Amino acid sequence: MSVAPPLLAVEGLTKSYGGVHAVRGVSFSLRAGEILALIGPNGAGKSTCFDMLNGQNKPDTGHVRLLGEDTTGRKPREIWRMGVGRTFQITATFATMTVRENVQVALISHGKQLYNLWGSAPNFDRGEAGRLLELVGMGGYADRPCGELAYGDLKRLELAVALANQPKLLLMDEPTAGMAPRERVDLMRLTAQIAREKSIGVLFTEHDMDVVFEHADRIIVLNRGTLIAEGSPAEVRGNPQVQAVYLGEGLLYDAQHREGASA
Amino acid sequence: MAFYVVQFLTGLASAASLFLVASGLSIIFGVTRIVNFAHGAFYMIGAYVAFTLTERLSGAFGFWGAIVIAAFAVALIGVLVEMVLLRRIYHAPELFQLLATFGLTLMVEDLVVLIWGPDDLVGRRAPGFKGAIDFFGQNIPSYDLFLIVLGPVVLGILWLLFQRTRWGVLVRAATQDRDMVAALGVNQKWLFTSVFAVGVFLAALGGALQIPRDAVHHAMDLRIIVEVFVVVVIGGLGSIIGAFVAAVLVSELNAFGILIFPKISIILVFLVMAAVLIVRPWGLFGRPEAPARKTPGLTVNPWRPLTSNERLASLAAFVIAATLPLFAGNYALTVGSEIAIFVIFAVSLHFLMSVGGLASFGHAAYFGLGAYGVAFLAKMAGLPMIVCLLLGPLLGCMGAAVFGFFAVQLSGVYFAMLTLAFAQIVWSIAFQWVSVTGGDNGILGVWPSSWAASPSHFYWLALGVAALVTIALRAMVFSPFGYALRATRDSLLRSEAVGINAKRIQWTAFVIAGTTAGIGGALFAYLKGSVFPDNLGISLSVDALVMVLLGGVETVSGAVIGAIVYKALNIWLVSQTDLSKLVLGGFIVLIVVVFPKGIVGMLEMLAQRRRKTSPPGSPLLAKPIESAE
Repeated sequence: MSVAPPLLAVEGLTKSYGGVHAVRGVSFSLRAGEILALIGPNGAGKSTCFDMLNGQNKPDTGHVRLLGEDTTGRKPREIWRMGVGRTFQITATFATMTVRENVQVALISHGKQLYNLWGSAPNFDRGEAGRLLELVGMGGYADRPCGELAYGDLKRLELAVALANQPKLLLMDEPTAGMAPRERVDLMRLTAQIAREKSIGVLFTEHDMDVVFEHADRIIVLNRGTLIAEGSPAEVRGNPQVQAVYLGEGLLYDAQHREGASA
Repeated sequence: MAFYVVQFLTGLASAASLFLVASGLSIIFGVTRIVNFAHGAFYMIGAYVAFTLTERLSGAFGFWGAIVIAAFAVALIGVLVEMVLLRRIYHAPELFQLLATFGLTLMVEDLVVLIWGPDDLVGRRAPGFKGAIDFFGQNIPSYDLFLIVLGPVVLGILWLLFQRTRWGVLVRAATQDRDMVAALGVNQKWLFTSVFAVGVFLAALGGALQIPRDAVHHAMDLRIIVEVFVVVVIGGLGSIIGAFVAAVLVSELNAFGILIFPKISIILVFLVMAAVLIVRPWGLFGRPEAPARKTPGLTVNPWRPLTSNERLASLAAFVIAATLPLFAGNYALTVGSEIAIFVIFAVSLHFLMSVGGLASFGHAAYFGLGAYGVAFLAKMAGLPMIVCLLLGPLLGCMGAAVFGFFAVQLSGVYFAMLTLAFAQIVWSIAFQWVSVTGGDNGILGVWPSSWAASPSHFYWLALGVAALVTIALRAMVFSPFGYALRATRDSLLRSEAVGINAKRIQWTAFVIAGTTAGIGGALFAYLKGSVFPDNLGISLSVDALVMVLLGGVETVSGAVIGAIVYKALNIWLVSQTDLSKLVLGGFIVLIVVVFPKGIVGMLEMLAQRRRKTSPPGSPLLAKPIESAE
């Protein structure tokens, strides 16, 4: 019997710099519509791992497969063409263009019109651009210069841009870093809602444990380049290895304390 | 065999001066992030001052003392320049910094002619190194041997300076992160000033040491700065070792290139530079440049296509311009044609620079190639004018395709330096390859066919083409390609993350801009009836930059206004004064320091201020009309 390949399959990903093993034999998979958090203390290899998925970095060994197709070592723009949208830890947007134009650029690229010299870009897929902006709650900002936006709004815009190619997978590097607590909750709720509606798989790295435990369906934990735990939020939270290695003694007390308080 | 050894030693000797100047440029860039275009000018002043001093002071002590005093004196001038001018523009975009220092260079070129006269000056031989040493029947000047030793000695001294002194530690720290050094309580102002002084000292010393080898003349600044740019591009900006290795490499390539391609020796250097850039885009010893800083204060209003009112106004301006032959004389029409041609040139650079964010410092290369293309076709193949006009720009297109491919691998100041070096290479070929290009004598007798021969007909032709080109490029700004190009300018990271092949988009833009410039050049050849190497010279490239800057680099229609104002001013100025470079240079510096948004940018700002105070819905022009003339 044949089983459909998972949306994302990571097998034995390894990367070292000189003698330092940044990532060692990391394997995991992700289903469509699932929200997976990649966590770990600083220096655990999260960013290295993340960059190997989105094409910024090449693994020494191991494979990344998207719906069965090997994407290992491909360029970011090729991976995007295969249906992977992404947002950056520090937002990257087109600062001198308006909010709508930012989305239109992604739509133009998706429609393979990048070398169209004569068409009218201001009217390009205007309706779709508007819908995407409405989706992330930025409909009223369409004509604002992107450079004027507040940071939280930039994050929403990035989400709209990342959704422009109707992705199967969203890669979000610390999506809530630098945001106010209220904005964090809003953004992650929005992301989760969109992911479930459109059956998009989401992989995100995150430092804020509140965000992780509230929104992730499943969590994988990296420490010193190796995967030390994987499971539902409850399982990971209860995993003694994770508590010892990741949270540390002091935080362990804190975590239990908070759990007790909320129960 | 002995001949090759001597050739090799000559190359090493030439490397010494080149290394001194290049290391100075590198050190200044490392700390201040300014690519000091005026570095060649300081080199030249060093040579001139040393010439004067060595004439006045006698004896061996006098000669060597004069060299050192000259270097110190020029370093003092450098300090003055840093304090008066550069301190004002450390936070300006790098393009403005390059232009300001270029303006200085222009001023210096006229100043040295004012002070020392236009003739070449031949300096004294160095006491103690007057003779030559016999090497298997070949002569090696002993001064060359002195220079060969001097290079590594200076490298050693610089190394000690940077490794063993407190100042050196600060400089190295600032090269890595100048904001952090400032945050640690170091007085940044004086650090920058002292670094600039050291860099200028090295440049002036390089110039002073040249006088026993070469005549001192008022064009030596551009020649050395192009070589220095090639050296730092190969060696890597900010690396002193890189400057040394690349200076030796470039000098040896020059020394042996003459044996292999006597006519176009510079080709060899170009090939090596191209190879290095493909393998290591940041130079042999360089590190990738940090992404360009966002510049506060220069925000861009979102661009939008013209409203129907603005379209009507543009059309009206075009119609008025088209009636010029009804009342103006032949001279005015010739000036009008020239202005129309420069509108084409300026909008082509604007497309690359403002829309694509790629500031080319050698755009005249493609303008000139278009002109030469026409001249070849008209004179050698004897084709009719209309065919030449259509095919001539293809030479500009091909040049842009080849050079653009390498240039877009880089960005920012590297891009500017590389385009400048390419333009200089094309200029050298036009200048040196006499059998094909006529060298300095150019190609004469490129006259228009009878249908376009009269000044009014030619004016209408130029005006019509300028209008078409402006409309076409403007349409491209608002085409999907234009959006993609602006996207690569704003964020490379994000554009790659939405599937855009940024380098290929930029390359396409480069070819479009080069071809368009070629159209301007083709018309220019017919307007003047001749082509000269000057048609692709550096000063023409800078004209284009100033036109774009004057109109406003951040506006869509600025280039048109900038070209009209600048060219009219320029033609008038040249007829009024012999010191046009001095005035022009001062003008550039002034624009950068007090007027960074250009004419159209200023008008837009004023309009916006008024709109904010006036009730909504009032019919205000957000952008001034775009006219064809």
